[in-house]
Amino acid sequence: MTTYVIQRVLLVIPTLFFVALITFVLARAAPGSPFDRNEDRPLPPATIERLNSVYGLDKPIHEQFAVFLGNAVRFEFGSSLTRDRTVADIVMQEFPVSAQLGVQALLLALVVALPLGIISALRQNTAVDYGSLLFATVGTTIPSFVLAIFAIYVFAVNLHVLPVFGWGTPDKMVLPTVILSLGPMAFLTRITRASMLEAIRQDYVRTARAKGLREQTVIVVHAMKNAMIPVATVLGPFAAFLITGSFLIETVFSVPGLGREFVRSILGRDYPVIMAVFLLFAFLIAVANLTVDLVYGLLDPRIKVGR
Amino acid sequence: MTTVDRPLTGETGAAELNVLARKQRSLARDALERLIRNKAAMLGLFLILLFGLVALLAPVIAPYEPTRPFDAQGKQNPSLMEPLWGNPKYVDPRFSLGTDQIGRDVLSRLIWGARVSMVVGFVPVALVFVIGVTLGMLAGYFGGRTDQLLMRLTDVIYAFPDLLFIIIIMATLRNHWLGEILGGLVLIFGAIAVVNWVGMARLVRGQVLSLKEKEYVEAARAIGASHARIMFRHLFPNALSPVIVAVAFGIPSAILAEATLSFLGVGVRPPTATWGSMMNEGYNVFSTTPWPVLLPAICISIVMLSFTFVGDGLRDALDPRMKL
Repeated sequence: MTTYVIQRVLLVIPTLFFVALITFVLARAAPGSPFDRNEDRPLPPATIERLNSVYGLDKPIHEQFAVFLGNAVRFEFGSSLTRDRTVADIVMQEFPVSAQLGVQALLLALVVALPLGIISALRQNTAVDYGSLLFATVGTTIPSFVLAIFAIYVFAVNLHVLPVFGWGTPDKMVLPTVILSLGPMAFLTRITRASMLEAIRQDYVRTARAKGLREQTVIVVHAMKNAMIPVATVLGPFAAFLITGSFLIETVFSVPGLGREFVRSILGRDYPVIMAVFLLFAFLIAVANLTVDLVYGLLDPRIKVGR
Repeated sequence: MTTVDRPLTGETGAAELNVLARKQRSLARDALERLIRNKAAMLGLFLILLFGLVALLAPVIAPYEPTRPFDAQGKQNPSLMEPLWGNPKYVDPRFSLGTDQIGRDVLSRLIWGARVSMVVGFVPVALVFVIGVTLGMLAGYFGGRTDQLLMRLTDVIYAFPDLLFIIIIMATLRNHWLGEILGGLVLIFGAIAVVNWVGMARLVRGQVLSLKEKEYVEAARAIGASHARIMFRHLFPNALSPVIVAVAFGIPSAILAEATLSFLGVGVRPPTATWGSMMNEGYNVFSTTPWPVLLPAICISIVMLSFTFVGDGLRDALDPRMKL
């Protein structure tokens, strides 16, 4: 087990290294520089040269990468090229917003999806079941930003019950949180239902019933405990889901989080911000996947992670 | 029950012979019949064909040029005219679905947008199919260094959401000459293919790894079949089912990728009409004039649902055990 844990942890490092390398090379291969945005009134060549040397853009590319990696390890990404702030500053201020949005959405998804999935498994082929299957299909199929558009149209434009833009007060958080949670919620409902359906057909559930246990005990203690294993394994990819969701949802709803910052830095070719945010996303996803792999081993004793 | 030893004579014999000679049904035919019985899948297929037809006939059926802004003729500025069912004061009968903020016909843009979506759905997936199947088969069949390299590559790419990678590629190379061809479409094809072929390769590799131990492959080898023949005549057809399902789900995810990129402003270049870019351009004024955003959003939803119905139907038809 210990060897496995160490192996898995060490595997994160080359992965992050390659991700950093790919992004770095791509970002530098891109034509144009961050200083040539105004085509009618270009900066004087001397100024550009000076700016390039201040930001180290005049050094050979491998040197730039080495410097970048060294700094990245200490989470120093320098200053934003387009805004008068350090990258660390921006991330510090905006990450909590995204984290809050992501955690709220994940919790909401769990709170709705688990009961819904279990109920629809217990009442298979009833109206409840078909309803939740329909929800699961629609929720996993229609992209979040399209759902966001529909939600804004109904709740903000027509009914005027919720604000559309911003963050900070509870009413402003409702739409972004709900919309971001719909995808994971639908997916989770599907998995929970399928997993529960399989669990209630197992012999040990029949045995539990035969022993004369109350139906509630049979479902909650015996069936659910095992049905939750596949559910736990899909929580890892959710980190990725919530992150990619966040930059669309934050952009649509003007939530001042890291997702919106990522989109803005991409449109403005703000390399240090692009790199920092992308690496942070990569790191979070790697950690989430790692955690799930390890937890999976603990949840299901049949799986020998040590191998 | 069994009447095997009895000589086949007279009426009974003929009937029994008939049972034996019952027309053989291939697996593919079985699957096809299951698919046809699936109403949702058939509805999805119908809608996809409809959108495909619209895409194909775009130059004929679109009332106007999708990129042509109308001038302010007469009393009213034709930008942001409402659709026919809107406030009659702002309706211009020339534009049945209204106009966008710079006076372009929304219906024409939707029709041409369907064309972009269909092309974006099929071209990258065709690339992914060819590259992924070939490399996956080679890696699974021969193993060795190619296989090692492939698995390391997939580990890295698998660890991250596809969309994040595609966005990074688009964001950085969009202003490169590569990003200028066909309004940026070629780069989008490339980005989607680059990110997705490894998944296909991994799937095929897994299939081939288990199939190549089967007796019929051994038999083929024993009678002297070449590697190429074993791969393409014996392994490929048997590995096809999950590949078809992966392709069926790959198409909508490619369409979605383009829509997302264009919505974020890093996809197809303006003024090309795509559903995603229509939503991007109209979003600023969405709360007062929703239709230039709402209509493409509805189109995206219908297309995504259609492909999902067909994908689910194919999965159930090809392998009933895979049902989730």
